[in-house]
Amino acid sequence: MYSRAYKTIVSLAPLLWVGIFLLLPYALMFAHSFWTVRDGFIVRDWTLQNYAKLFQNPIYAQVLFRSMRIAAGVTLLSLLLGYPVAYYMSFHAGIRKDLLYQLVIVPLWVSYLVRGYAWKTILGSEGVLNGFLQYLHITHAPVSFFLYSPFAVVLMLTHIYTPFVFLPLYASLEHIPRNLIEASHDLGATPRATFFRVVLPLSLPGLLAGATFAFVLTLGDFLAPQLVGGPSSIMIANIVQSLFGTAYDWPLGAAISVLILALTVSLLILAGRLEKRWSFR
Amino acid sequence: MSARANASRRAALLGAYTLAVFAFLYLPIAVLVLYSFNKDGVGGFPPKHFTLDWYRQLFGDASIWDSFLNSLLVAVAAVVLALTLGLLAALALDRADFPGKSIFRRLVLLPLILPGIITGLSLLMFAVFAGLQLSLVTVFLGHGTALISVATTELFAGLQKLDRAQEEASLDLGATPWQTFWRITLPNLRLSLIAAGLLIFTLSMDEIAVTFFLIGRDNTLPLEIWARLRRGITPEINSISTLIFLVSVILILIWYRIRTRSIGKEAQELLERP
Repeated sequence: MYSRAYKTIVSLAPLLWVGIFLLLPYALMFAHSFWTVRDGFIVRDWTLQNYAKLFQNPIYAQVLFRSMRIAAGVTLLSLLLGYPVAYYMSFHAGIRKDLLYQLVIVPLWVSYLVRGYAWKTILGSEGVLNGFLQYLHITHAPVSFFLYSPFAVVLMLTHIYTPFVFLPLYASLEHIPRNLIEASHDLGATPRATFFRVVLPLSLPGLLAGATFAFVLTLGDFLAPQLVGGPSSIMIANIVQSLFGTAYDWPLGAAISVLILALTVSLLILAGRLEKRWSFR
Repeated sequence: MSARANASRRAALLGAYTLAVFAFLYLPIAVLVLYSFNKDGVGGFPPKHFTLDWYRQLFGDASIWDSFLNSLLVAVAAVVLALTLGLLAALALDRADFPGKSIFRRLVLLPLILPGIITGLSLLMFAVFAGLQLSLVTVFLGHGTALISVATTELFAGLQKLDRAQEEASLDLGATPWQTFWRITLPNLRLSLIAAGLLIFTLSMDEIAVTFFLIGRDNTLPLEIWARLRRGITPEINSISTLIFLVSVILILIWYRIRTRSIGKEAQELLERP
């Protein structure tokens, strides 16, 4: 029903824009990762030396693994916090469902910086938590390890990504036909069996979507380590950031970015495949 | 114990756990708000001596205001750009077939799932490549482009809910596609457009990861706060954060209300992945 001209007009502008401002920049990043820096200038000689550096110097692998550990921790904790909440809301919340849903949506979209900063004021050695502990005479001197540790990064990012994990989980739980659960009960399955053999498998697509979100976004985070993490929790994106800043080696930074991008995209593809296999719709 | 008693105990336990998770989500923000009124500044317990001094200082702070105005400018421009291109992209995905359509769909949505540093850096390289000076214009280009993803998902959902019969009738009765677009499609999408605009505005006002790499001399509000944090915590930051939080909550809640009215509850899978 729509004319050829209509279709061309609506497709062309976004295609062009996305081509120029999204695809071309990503391609430039890819190209940079094969260039080098000589005497403070980027030289467009094609080389694999940036990637070679990533494998030769163990510091990169070390930091990458630390980032992956932190990302795994955040993912796991977000699931542990998000799943029971999603389950409760989907099966038990009744008329409060909508209110609770909005209560999760709000922190999902509200400023990353505001929420990160809140943790900084709480965890600091002169922070609220230390003040509180001393007030209750649980500790007598400020505890300094709350802030500036990988723990603080995990805590802060769990706080940020729990709503992200919650959302697809909740959606997948809402999509489970309730008569399947009744059937399971009627056929004599215990609540535990019903959960592990009906509900959990059917919520796997949502679980996977949420987990990928949390993992990928944590893996590329560079703000949390600076805000609450300190030197012991430098993550891979911080290295990229410094290579693009004071260290001035854009090609090497681009190579690491390409690595992060490749990891991200392969995780997304893997999750997409698994989701398709596990989804019942 | 009977099965029913067991079930209600389980529900109560789950309810308590849910409450605890909500406490975890909201307590830090509550603390932040509380200490923005604390005379002795950030930290220590319990907070003593209520004061509005930090807010007074904030309103006298010229560089905070400048950065706020910069953010406002960027956000409004980003909303216009992202909505325009997002609307076209949603129409294209909904109605047109072209080679590479599925790749296009994934590409548009990519900034939503990719860490901000990737999008920010690639746009930085593009800016240098194209000879653009880093400024609020590059920040606007970054926000606008990255947020096309949000506009597209929101407006695509809106389009799917649209009653096609009206457009068909309009075309059958001899209106040009152009007239049909302005008189039927656009007015019917009004609520979705407002909702998407609000969300994009909020996200742009709060954005930090992409902005970080595209900023020139003029700071946006989040970057101004970030720069101050490096010099140490001041209660002024608590008060500005409290205000940002309040405004964001209001905008998000309005967005949510409009969205449930226009798209409906069943389409809540907002973060549909690429």
